[in-house]
Amino acid sequence: MNLHHATRLLILGSIMSIPVSAADLEISITNLTHGNHFTPILITAHDDASHLFQSGEMASPALQKMAEGGDIADLAAAAMGNNEIRVENPAMGLLAAGAKTRGIMLDTQTMTHLSIVAMVLPTNDAFIGLDAWEIPTTAGTYTLNLNAYDAGTEANDEIINGGGMPGTPGIPAAPGGDGGTNGTGVMDSSSNTKVHIHPGVLGDTDTAGGMSDLDSRIHRWLNPVARVVVVVK
Amino acid sequence: MSIIKKITHKRLTASMVIATLFTLSACSDNDNDSMDAPEPPPVPTQDYRVTVTNLTANQPMSPIALIRHQADMTAWQTGGAASLPLETLAESGDSSGFADIEGVDALIKGQGILAPGMKESIELKLSPDEVASISVLTMLVNTNDAFAGLNSVSLVDLAINATVTFNSIAYDAGTEANSEAKGTIPGPADGGEGFNATRDDVDRVHAHPGVISADDGLANSVLSASHRFDNPVLTISIKRLR
Repeated sequence: MNLHHATRLLILGSIMSIPVSAADLEISITNLTHGNHFTPILITAHDDASHLFQSGEMASPALQKMAEGGDIADLAAAAMGNNEIRVENPAMGLLAAGAKTRGIMLDTQTMTHLSIVAMVLPTNDAFIGLDAWEIPTTAGTYTLNLNAYDAGTEANDEIINGGGMPGTPGIPAAPGGDGGTNGTGVMDSSSNTKVHIHPGVLGDTDTAGGMSDLDSRIHRWLNPVARVVVVVK
Repeated sequence: MSIIKKITHKRLTASMVIATLFTLSACSDNDNDSMDAPEPPPVPTQDYRVTVTNLTANQPMSPIALIRHQADMTAWQTGGAASLPLETLAESGDSSGFADIEGVDALIKGQGILAPGMKESIELKLSPDEVASISVLTMLVNTNDAFAGLNSVSLVDLAINATVTFNSIAYDAGTEANSEAKGTIPGPADGGEGFNATRDDVDRVHAHPGVISADDGLANSVLSASHRFDNPVLTISIKRLR
């Protein structure tokens, strides 16, 4: 069986000049948080010069759109324009806390690096991020822990007001129905406008007021927030 | 169950010895009666040292539980419900339930509470047929149900003198709400209840969101700022000694 497969690859390779580095990946993503959802996930395989985001760099407008509102369309379009390999929205919607999306197949073809993003909701502009992980050439199972990043594009006021468009303050929604109302707003004095590790949310225990519309007992997290398992076949 | 397992192990060992004897006599070209043959030299053990370090500021760890088990067993599954032994460990620090889990060959307990900043080493002397996988578990005792550890690492390919080191994040067993309330935390911050069979949280193992503490606005919390933690909370290294 293995021999047949190898032979097939060799024949294909000689006919179509597929680089030997092409690999089939099977990916799963688990939401490790206590009470946050991930909005539609974007996975891209690309060359060593491309990024969906980079720590310490300004967020692109497409990244800002994803981080503030969960919309991956612009990032995906940019990736397509760059001839990258994409898997869009593998969980078919929100990935709830504790849930896992599995069996995501990706043929790397000529691509060497893997990136993953999705917004963490409810937050102002937090997202899970894997930035240009070099895909191993050795077959095996690789486990990656993903941190929550702050896009640096919106103040973390922790007010749920439906604001999901880029540049609009506030949090689009709390999908778990566990958000509060009438928060006065957290004063975010951060001066970091670049992409950085998210400081976490504060929250409070007053669902009808207080400083934050987030619940400190539900919406806080520590890194990592997602676990990705990549099987290189 | 564990009795059956022990018998199986003895049988295995006995049959190995017999096999060795047969091989010896088959290869031997002298006339010694096998009844007079000297005792076969003991099979050398494979020795390992597992060192656990508590990285937290003010979270004593319950006595380290090191379980030796078959490769296909896992101590917990992130996203899945905690087993009863895991719930018990994460809420009370009592690891004894792991001895009875299918696939567990041995449960070795640390000497006592592992205080913040302290480390403890446990040595294993294993016969070759005992070398499989290990897991390490401990409770962060000033919490409702936080635990940390190592989930199923194989010893099989570890070379002599090689060391592998892991950092553990804090997990939330998901079996007890993180109320931080008086009477619910067994550690010295409270002296409250340990295990309670009621599951009043999300009932799935996940990454712990951290404790809030009274200092950070949780009104009924018995915890203070020093009980907060961030990841990683534990370092575990495994060295093969021989």
